Amino acid sequence: MRTQATSTAPLLAIESVTVRFGGLLAIDGVSFEVREGELLGLIGPNGAGKTTMLRAITGVVRPTQGQVLLQGERLNDLAIDQRIRRGLALSQQLVRPLRTITLQENVAMAAAQAKTVRPLRALFQVSDAQELDLAHRELERVGIAQLAAQKPATQPLGVLKRLELARALALKPRLLLLDEPLAGLNSKEAHGLADTIAEINRQGVTIVLIEHNLGEVMRICQRLVVLDNGRKIAEGEPQAVMAEPVVRSAYLGADAPEEASHA
Amino acid sequence: MDYEITLLTTMAISVIFALSLNLITGFCGQISLGHAAFQGVGAYTAAMLGKAGWPFLATLPAAMLLACVLGVIVGLSSLRVREDFLAITTMGVVFLFVGFVRQQDWLGGEMGVSSIPDHGLGRVGFMAFALVLGALVAALSIYIRCTWMGRVFNGIAEDEDTMRVLGIDVPRYKLAAFAIGTALAGLSGALLAYHLQFIGAENFGFIESITVLSMVVFGGIGSVAWVVIAAALLSALPAWFQVIGDYKLLVYGGLLFLMMRFSPGGMAALAARLIRRGKAREDRA
Repeated sequence: MRTQATSTAPLLAIESVTVRFGGLLAIDGVSFEVREGELLGLIGPNGAGKTTMLRAITGVVRPTQGQVLLQGERLNDLAIDQRIRRGLALSQQLVRPLRTITLQENVAMAAAQAKTVRPLRALFQVSDAQELDLAHRELERVGIAQLAAQKPATQPLGVLKRLELARALALKPRLLLLDEPLAGLNSKEAHGLADTIAEINRQGVTIVLIEHNLGEVMRICQRLVVLDNGRKIAEGEPQAVMAEPVVRSAYLGADAPEEASHA
Repeated sequence: MDYEITLLTTMAISVIFALSLNLITGFCGQISLGHAAFQGVGAYTAAMLGKAGWPFLATLPAAMLLACVLGVIVGLSSLRVREDFLAITTMGVVFLFVGFVRQQDWLGGEMGVSSIPDHGLGRVGFMAFALVLGALVAALSIYIRCTWMGRVFNGIAEDEDTMRVLGIDVPRYKLAAFAIGTALAGLSGALLAYHLQFIGAENFGFIESITVLSMVVFGGIGSVAWVVIAAALLSALPAWFQVIGDYKLLVYGGLLFLMMRFSPGGMAALAARLIRRGKAREDRA
């Protein structure tokens, strides 16, 4: 099913990962790779195991079997924050800004990685000028720089989704994981944010995108991995993948049919 | 004059104690229901070393160190889990402390430790010393607020899961807050031992833990200035009104409940709200 032989070592390798919650098999021996510089769509009907897969990558859940490798380094036994410091960044589906500080300060918190790596070091770091500067650039990058001084509580979801993205970018990740960034947005907002995501990818950030909005996924992703019932059922070019009968039936059986035909 | 000196010294020690808890509960969002145990460790350390011939000033770092070590041990065993569990563990620690000390003859057992040697600073000198230390601890608190440690604490207090996703080693930061907070509690304990010159296990029990928590909550969780004011005020109350001394747990527990129910941000939030309301009225006028 692999479309191309891997010429370079993959940035992220998922090697026959299985996740079991008690008696429930959430992910069943899934393998795939993410290559440097690509925008990969991880899709599938509800309950397919996409979010669980993402959690296995970030470390919220531990795989029962298999391993997760970031540039050849095994991540399985690392805590979330350690994985983040090794180059992962996560934009969460449910936006969770820190509500007592401004948007810019929210992003600066992520940008301060070098200063916050240890409490003792953080105790002797006062200046936040550099981080605020970088934060402002990231806010510009996602198009909400004019709201930098606002508090999150007063902002609409569209802005908070972009804030979440800016915060993840401020971590300077090698791999950016986006968990349904378009969910809850209207079609115009979703279209705009998808453009931003594609642009960030063009700037050289490798991205894994989990998304239900198939129209946008087909538009911006270079490659798709499709999960269904915890198994990988297809992988490859978006058009080719969506044409595969197993994918069509998975979506037609479970999800909105017009989305599948959107391709 | 004697009365004022005693009162000011008591206030200064309470301020240090309250600020030490404020670092843990106010800044970092970790509830401790047994903070008096750490003050007790500091007090007993200073008292025993003082009686063994150590000079007063040398007992202070030792008291801080021992309290901090106990704090880190308690922290390591409970900070990886959620706050509510920490509250129960710390409550257990304070009962454990009191129970342990009461059974130890070498710590004076039920009788407590008496005739703790004089600090040699004179009554006014000791008061000044306590006030200066209080000011230093307040300054340290304000400084921490301005550092990246303070910013991270603030984030952890609000949403530790998000901080993890931002690459923060949350348990380590909580432990740091615990280490600093318990060391400062030990300092306040050492001062208290030399101030009272007599200590017993009951000085460092659950009631005292609730008292100091109510100081932090009454002041406004996290606000340094208001916690200082609240600690000074609430530590003086029992001296001014005998009845409060008799019904300590009722008064401070009640205060804690009322604050949590009606102004979770404490006096700091109450003041901010009143100022805002005043301004709004001016604007309308």
